Amino acid sequence: MKKITVRQILEECGFSLLAGAGALDRQADRVFCCDLLSFVMGRAPADSAWVTVMGNVNAIAVAVLADTACIVLAEGAALDEEARSRADGQGVPVLGSAQPIFDTGLLIQRLLED
Amino acid sequence: MSQVISFHYDVPGDDFTRAGEASSSIKKVLKQVGLAPDIIRNVAIAMYEGEINMVIHAGGGQIDVDIAPDEIRMVLKDQGPGIKDISLAMQEGWSTAPDEVRSLGFGAGMGLPNMKKYTDEMDIESAVGVGTTVTMTVFAHPREEAAS
Repeated sequence: MKKITVRQILEECGFSLLAGAGALDRQADRVFCCDLLSFVMGRAPADSAWVTVMGNVNAIAVAVLADTACIVLAEGAALDEEARSRADGQGVPVLGSAQPIFDTGLLIQRLLED
Repeated sequence: MSQVISFHYDVPGDDFTRAGEASSSIKKVLKQVGLAPDIIRNVAIAMYEGEINMVIHAGGGQIDVDIAPDEIRMVLKDQGPGIKDISLAMQEGWSTAPDEVRSLGFGAGMGLPNMKKYTDEMDIESAVGVGTTVTMTVFAHPREEAAS
């Protein structure tokens, strides 16, 4: 399966960087969309680009433990201050997209299929 | 090399934002030990779900982790209200979590099922009004190149 870096996702999809600038070379090989953290824990594939609107500190913990490549906050959802600091500390890239979840995931998927 | 490394964690009951500290810490240790990434992920996910359960339902608790060459064993003990019906609690989607927990993205009734899914053995002992002890074991299958 094709792999792309989080940096490529950031630059080629036109997202903004919200946190985790030090971990942009992490690679992703698929997209996973879900907001319910309990589901994400059980079902998000490792190395996925996780698209969600949950910008709290628990989302960062889930990303670390489930080993997702990055979090992409869709719908312009906010990353709260504590979450931003945790993401920087734990090396979790968090990107921001103004578009809805499906459209955001689709942009990344197209990049993976390029 | 039959050495067992043991860790103890106290999980605070009132702070949702600190849940995950114990599992993150164990995850780092397991990386240093050189276990396969999928084994590490299984332990981390199962333990985090256990931590979240302790915070949501039991006012915190204690976690003891033994890392042996062939398995990782986690014992999560709390002095909370206990589980009335364990087989019901094991069903996906069944939850008694309050609304504020759901608004954080948890409380979907996936905790115990996820813990079972990601471990090789799981045992729950619970008494209403006394507390709950969950013992989980993940078998280690070290990578051949782990020594590198």
